[in-house]
Amino acid sequence: MSLRTPLSRVLGLGSARDGTRHFLAQRVSAVALALLGPWFAISLLRLDSMTYLDVTQFIARPMNSVLMMLLCLTVALHSQLGVQVVIEDYVHTDGRKLVYLLLSRFAHVLVAVAGVYAVLRIGIDR
Amino acid sequence: MTVSILHRVTGVTLSIALVLLTAWLVQAAGGPEQYQQVRVAMGSPPGQILLVLVSFAFFLHLGNGIRHLFWDLGYGFEKHQANASAWFVVLLAVVLTVLFWAFAP
Repeated sequence: MSLRTPLSRVLGLGSARDGTRHFLAQRVSAVALALLGPWFAISLLRLDSMTYLDVTQFIARPMNSVLMMLLCLTVALHSQLGVQVVIEDYVHTDGRKLVYLLLSRFAHVLVAVAGVYAVLRIGIDR
Repeated sequence: MTVSILHRVTGVTLSIALVLLTAWLVQAAGGPEQYQQVRVAMGSPPGQILLVLVSFAFFLHLGNGIRHLFWDLGYGFEKHQANASAWFVVLLAVVLTVLFWAFAP
């Protein structure tokens, strides 16, 4: 016996079978950020100042560059997954939902690439 | 219950903060003059208020996120536990925000 409504069966929509991966990715990135987030906060506190010199010198150190890039990528992934759920929950028009989901994806990829590129440039230039 | 919706609100706040973080990095990569623009913007009163809000959102989302992870593992589901941990993460976020700005360079 199917518990789906006749309308639901006719429309043929439903689970994309992607829910588990989304659930796990959200939590794995959360654990990573529970480490990277405090690292970043403490690093900011340990800076002598927020001047160009101190900030770029900090980012340019190899280990800091690696962690900064990981931070950019992991925040972008975690944010993408979270914003996706918010859009899915609150936007009810199909067309609009698709557009917002696409825009959110593109924005998150843009921010991720920009962040990584900036950290690399700081590391190379200094 | 309130803390539940706050997790979303702080999450979206931090998504906006991600744009700030990226702008900060890109401007720093652009050189001293470009970086100075961010410093001036973030040093202005609206910029400072924004950064304080972002830091509070960060600490609340962090604490509450860890609370969610414990729920995922099956701990802390009793009503009195959930209420207590809600108060705890809110208080912790306030304390951490104050401490952060007390020691911020």
